[in-house]
Amino acid sequence: MRNAIPVLTVVVAILGIWYLAVGPMNFRLALDAATRGGTEVTPASVAEQGETGLIRLMLDNPQVMPAAYAFERPRLPQPQHVVAEMYDSTFGLIRRCAWQGWSAESDNWTGLSDGCLRVVENRRSLIFHAWKTLAPTLLGFAIGTGLGILLAVGIVYNRAMDLSVMPWAIASQTIPILAIAPMIIVVMNAVGIQGLLPKSLISSYLSFFPVVVGMVKGLRSPGQMDLDLLHTYSASAPQQLWKLRLPSSLPYLFASLKIGVAAALVGTIVAELPTGARFGLGARLLSGSYYGQTVQIWAALLTAAICAALLVGTIGAMERRTLNRLGLAR
Amino acid sequence: MMAMMQRYPDLRPRNLSIASAVVVIGAVVDWRLGLVLAVWLAAWGLNIVLSGTAGAAKRFVVPAIFGITLLVLWQMSVRLFDVSSVILPAPSDIWVTIRGSGAVLWADFVQTVVKGALSGYVIGAGLAVLAAIAVDRSQFLQRGLLPVGNFIAALPIVGTAPIFVMWFGFGWQSKAAVVVAMVFFPVLVNTVAGLKDTDAMQRDLMRTYAASYWQSLFKLRLPAALPFIFNGLKVSTTLALIGAIVAEFFGSPIVGMGFRIKTSFGTLELAMVWAEIAVAAVAGSGFYGLVTLAEKQLTFWHPSQRANR
Repeated sequence: MRNAIPVLTVVVAILGIWYLAVGPMNFRLALDAATRGGTEVTPASVAEQGETGLIRLMLDNPQVMPAAYAFERPRLPQPQHVVAEMYDSTFGLIRRCAWQGWSAESDNWTGLSDGCLRVVENRRSLIFHAWKTLAPTLLGFAIGTGLGILLAVGIVYNRAMDLSVMPWAIASQTIPILAIAPMIIVVMNAVGIQGLLPKSLISSYLSFFPVVVGMVKGLRSPGQMDLDLLHTYSASAPQQLWKLRLPSSLPYLFASLKIGVAAALVGTIVAELPTGARFGLGARLLSGSYYGQTVQIWAALLTAAICAALLVGTIGAMERRTLNRLGLAR
Repeated sequence: MMAMMQRYPDLRPRNLSIASAVVVIGAVVDWRLGLVLAVWLAAWGLNIVLSGTAGAAKRFVVPAIFGITLLVLWQMSVRLFDVSSVILPAPSDIWVTIRGSGAVLWADFVQTVVKGALSGYVIGAGLAVLAAIAVDRSQFLQRGLLPVGNFIAALPIVGTAPIFVMWFGFGWQSKAAVVVAMVFFPVLVNTVAGLKDTDAMQRDLMRTYAASYWQSLFKLRLPAALPFIFNGLKVSTTLALIGAIVAEFFGSPIVGMGFRIKTSFGTLELAMVWAEIAVAAVAGSGFYGLVTLAEKQLTFWHPSQRANR
């Protein structure tokens, strides 16, 4: 809470810079339109405007500034327009929403009229697209985390595995594998694997290595004293794992989970980019870029940011709860 | 034999017979599967023996054998099972492509890595360090900037690529801009954290020398922040390459790694796609290696570096 005011100040400053940048960013477009529309501007010809500096143009034609802010297809939209677009493509889609009550023959389990369900079912709905992105992210994240923990246990308990796999696990993090995510999707489609799985494969790959590296560190974090104590209890290897190594690896696990889930989300979005995916936030970004719909791009980006914040925030909350109960909270 | 079994508990008769049984079952199902399994288990056995031996060489030999085994298995599986090159080309085919199209790969490398990624990386990291120094004097700004920066660093910033391509055109400038946006926040957050990493004793010492703010910044606090800054720089190397390649998917001149991956994929020349991936992997590891080398040179005094000696 101590940080609330400084954080708010920084956020307001970022929004302020954004708002101030809108005019200059769109000025040339607006000036162009004004010239064609017959408004009096200096210099009068489009060719001369192209050779004049932006600041000179803005000083000479202050009357065009409001047009730059209100420009139809801006290079940089105003923050409130992006928020309005987000509202229009979520709750603004609701039409004639009413409670219908449940009925046995209808497969609509919510009991709400179709008008309400537009918010999640309509093709324009950002919630619909966000879910198309989140579902494979979560599935892939679960698979990647599970396999990562298993591999880490193998590495800690098997020397040959440690020596063989660990250097590659670390090296693989320096490889920009994300860049080929779209290709992997298309190859898997060609082999006949479709649906959630191809996209979640990318997310699981991306969340896998942070978890492996973090968990190996975590499983090795108990000191020699603790290990010796379990040895004097004549604890078996599984007991040592369950009662000592796994609990003490939890802080490391949560730290890697936060990195992993963010990476998994980025992976799904990139995987959706050039593969002609029709649904998902990445597909929204791409179609916005094809049709020059800047507001749509920004709305998709902000939605992705909200998704990332939700995912990381959920894991952060789980981390605090778990570590508090274990008495490991810092 | 007994002595060997005692030294390598994983090579117990029971495990050996399980391994043989797996190979035999695989061979009964399909002789090719049996062959692949046999090679895999033999290489694994060799690694078990090697990792039990003393000496420093095994730190390189064991992972090398593991990597080579994976390549051999890949080659064997593709050839034996007759996998179509449209789905997965064999390593040998990829190697032939790399040898045969050196000029193209080099041009793509220069366009994407040197012009796009590297220039963006230098600009982004430089701006981030300057910004961190600028907010360094204000406790208030630092407390605000750290959570916001950490939050933004977790966002899918690569999604800004279409916007930057729209703003800066199809050339390498738009790629560099995406890289700047991706690199900026990790380096900023790490530098701000690093600049706080001096203890009161050290700062007091600087004060007894009557050091000015800038003197204590350049002689004490920036050097002390270097390990943190390098952490940010190392994370950013991969981000820079990803940003540069992904941005090319949204529009590029007819050269560049992202462009080549996209178009070769369209014409189903998968060997070319994999050749670019190999170049990206080498460039990524090389870039990371260079930054690590610089870190070793500049932060030789830090405990994490001393431990390696």
